[in-house]
Amino acid sequence: MAIENIQVLRASIKKRKLWDQVFVVIAFISLFFGFAILMGLMTQLFLQGATRLNWSFLTSPPSPRAEEAGILVASVGTATVMLVTMVLAVPIGISSGIYLQEYAKKGWLSDVIEINVANLAGVPSIVYGLLALGLFKQQLQLGESIITAALTLSLLILPVVIVTTREALKAIPQTLREGAYAIGTSRWQMVWDHVLPASAGGILTGIIVGLSRAIGEAAPLITIGALTFITSLPDSPIKGEFPFISFSWLKSDFTVLPIQMFDWVSRPQPAFQLNAGAAGIVLVLLTVIMNGAAIYLRIYFRNRIKW
Amino acid sequence: MTSNPEQTKNFKAEVSNFDFFYGPKQALKGVNLQVEDRKITALIGPSGCGKTTLLRAFNRMHDLYPGNHYTGEIWLESLNILGKNVDPIEVRMRIGMVFQKPNPFPKSIYENIAYGLRIRGITKTNVINEKVEKALRGAALWEEVKDRRHDMAFSLSGGQQQRLCIARALATEPEMILFDEPTSALDPISTISIEELMKELKKQVTILIVTHNMQQATRISDYTAFMYLGEIIEFDRTEVIFKNAANKQTRDYVSGQFG
Repeated sequence: MAIENIQVLRASIKKRKLWDQVFVVIAFISLFFGFAILMGLMTQLFLQGATRLNWSFLTSPPSPRAEEAGILVASVGTATVMLVTMVLAVPIGISSGIYLQEYAKKGWLSDVIEINVANLAGVPSIVYGLLALGLFKQQLQLGESIITAALTLSLLILPVVIVTTREALKAIPQTLREGAYAIGTSRWQMVWDHVLPASAGGILTGIIVGLSRAIGEAAPLITIGALTFITSLPDSPIKGEFPFISFSWLKSDFTVLPIQMFDWVSRPQPAFQLNAGAAGIVLVLLTVIMNGAAIYLRIYFRNRIKW
Repeated sequence: MTSNPEQTKNFKAEVSNFDFFYGPKQALKGVNLQVEDRKITALIGPSGCGKTTLLRAFNRMHDLYPGNHYTGEIWLESLNILGKNVDPIEVRMRIGMVFQKPNPFPKSIYENIAYGLRIRGITKTNVINEKVEKALRGAALWEEVKDRRHDMAFSLSGGQQQRLCIARALATEPEMILFDEPTSALDPISTISIEELMKELKKQVTILIVTHNMQQATRISDYTAFMYLGEIIEFDRTEVIFKNAANKQTRDYVSGQFG
């Protein structure tokens, strides 16, 4: 090749590599902005709330006096609502995902269902609140109770669980299904014994991501009329007399952390703003723990199974 | 060609007038084939000739997918396994399969083999242990894995994984095993060990194998069917197909002039 051609070639390579560098700079600035703003918010939250974050804050019921108020009732509310939400949404969501991916005949009907489920995942949460207000509270007369809240939030996260279950199942190579069928499994044995365990990481991740969305929701629960100020805990699930287990707590009034925060933020006294910050820290930590668990599970299962 | 079971008793399996369609496209045309008991029968031919389609008809794998249909009969002894009233699960419990790429279950080595026994209703641990060992020995894998039977199957090498898949198929004592290019994803050393294994296995089980590798067919098979464009062009003893084929296309293919 002639020397001048090589010069042209090098100039062209240099020009193209310049764009590499330009893009890296743009990408870095974008990343920095996102990260810096997030860090700023977190720092402000921590500075504001850290002073109030102590044991008595975690274990006290709310109070009209800011320095005596705590998040006990809201934490118990969040925990119970999340538990019932999980119990409701997980079996239904996983079953639906399995049906759509492994059983349903592929055709226009399954396409329509698929598109609908994907869209439902993007519906604003307050719309679910309106639906729940009409259906669970007014039609079924369930009140502003834990069960109403859990039903509402399980509707909210059901599409997320269905979609991630389907995606996790889709990622399983067809060779595993054929290998199972080839030794004589029924379809259910193929799904239950092989495909589900192999996709457990993805499905668990979906459940946790769904729950960590639900844990921060205030809007749909305010729509159904959840109380903002409540000082009593739900009924105990364990009773002294036969049958020793009671489900009356499902019908108890409740509040959750985001609603508690919302209540404090909307008060004029600055002392309550500190409480809101402290509750915010707890909520952020819970979400971080849940997402961390999701990432850990994904890595754990990915390392265990290599295709 | 008749499909009378009385006349097929010398054969383990017999394909009769088998046509296969992917949608409107005909992939197999009027296939007739006899598979002799406890011998290795190889299907060879260029890509797209329908040999894998034919193999997968033997354990009704096509039933798992929409958009195909087939007519004709495949007799396994006195049962037409394509019969509408025959459950594909029953067929798959009698005819095992080993795939192109090793596909062990993402479970332990032991569990890979024990699973097929469990779904056949064997629950006694000592019986399962015995049969797992027998299958691993049968697949020439026992010496390599006896001390780590509870390790994940994916910790094995590719060749070992394929022998594990053979052990998995063997453990349930099938009457016939289908091999779909079982060594195409393996290195030459692993390939030789799988081939040696198949020669050993044919003492107890009928083998039907699809292979791209003509040398492999000459090394291990007793009978060879040459397929081209969805038809069986020639079917005979392997040495006849490779040394003395009657059909010109067969001669051209086995001498490497096309394919």
